[in-house]
Amino acid sequence: MIHVKSLLGVLFAAVLVLAIAAPAAMADSTVPLPSLAKAFKGTQCVEPADVMRRQHMTFLDHQRDETMRQGIRGNKYSLQQCIDCHATADPKIMDGSVRTLQPFCGECHAYAAVNIDCFACHNPTTPLQTSGNAPLDKMIAAHMDSKKRDSQ
Amino acid sequence: MSTSKTFDVARRRLLSGAAAVAGMAIAPGVTLIAPADARQAGEAASDKVRWGLLIDANKCDAGCDDCVVACRTENGWQGHERPTTDPQWIRKVNLKDNKTGATLSLPVMCQHCENPPCVDVCPTGASMRRADGIVLVDRHTCIGCRYCMMACPYKARSFVHEDTSGQKPHMPRGKGTVESCTLCAHRIDVGGTPACVEACGQKAGKEAMMFGDLNDPDSAISKELGKRATTRLRADLGLEPGVHYRGL
Repeated sequence: MIHVKSLLGVLFAAVLVLAIAAPAAMADSTVPLPSLAKAFKGTQCVEPADVMRRQHMTFLDHQRDETMRQGIRGNKYSLQQCIDCHATADPKIMDGSVRTLQPFCGECHAYAAVNIDCFACHNPTTPLQTSGNAPLDKMIAAHMDSKKRDSQ
Repeated sequence: MSTSKTFDVARRRLLSGAAAVAGMAIAPGVTLIAPADARQAGEAASDKVRWGLLIDANKCDAGCDDCVVACRTENGWQGHERPTTDPQWIRKVNLKDNKTGATLSLPVMCQHCENPPCVDVCPTGASMRRADGIVLVDRHTCIGCRYCMMACPYKARSFVHEDTSGQKPHMPRGKGTVESCTLCAHRIDVGGTPACVEACGQKAGKEAMMFGDLNDPDSAISKELGKRATTRLRADLGLEPGVHYRGL
């Protein structure tokens, strides 16, 4: 399963590279190239974009097991962080009342015919404003701050 | 088997006790060993800790279900008015002795066994016990066969029969997987306590539930356990649950 996923990832990356390198050749294509929404936060991703394009699934797959089975929290790659940054409001989706991953993840996955089931369980939507008031969010933020302080 | 386990726990307690003494010797107010619940980010759950609950049925009120409501709100599970298939991570059990008329009320959730039968029967390894004693379902590998539900003598697990939406960010849930009490692992991992315990103390004001590290002899729960005898549900099965009851 994982091999199939990474293979798909490599294929997809190759398609993307070709698409970028040879736009003239793709001009006749009937499938429009994906146009990805800009990140909500507009900051730098945890890895360079080309690395993320090829390997995001591996990063997430690896870290989910560490978090789930060993209880390791606060590592570099987190699906929640993907959602925090990349979920974008779109007037076509729920009248733009929430931010969803459709304009970012959905665009490419549809283009590359990748069918993932992360979001059968993980909620791909998030409020327009990131909630900073929930007690748990506060707890996690404090935890992360203490981690930062310790590493300095 | 059980003798060696008892021995291990005793040795662990002795060691942590000795460590605390050594820590105190450095300087007053400065300890080398941080409290068990202050785990750092990036650090894995450790078997030095054994999370558990103490539930005092004498303080639990039959009319109160604040723990259940708190769990539902915290973890985002809800019913669909179909009692036989609705998810149920924690439930209130009300008992009555027909001879004396005495009544008893207690919450029952996953008992976080030392030897969990749900883990034994799982064909994919999705049902698992974390190093710190929390029994969980890894939904990434759960195929929804429900053997664990049959194996659990406490009827603690539920199957998600319905499509889910609006899940909490910290508690992904999806149709076709089994779920149960996680002891609020997401809160424990950042130094918090389970939502039910918090609600019982703060909202209901009953303080019938206590959460803590059973391995730490200085924890409030260990001290309380040492005061008077407690019962564990179906202790005869030898599953060594992490949930202790008083007043049964």
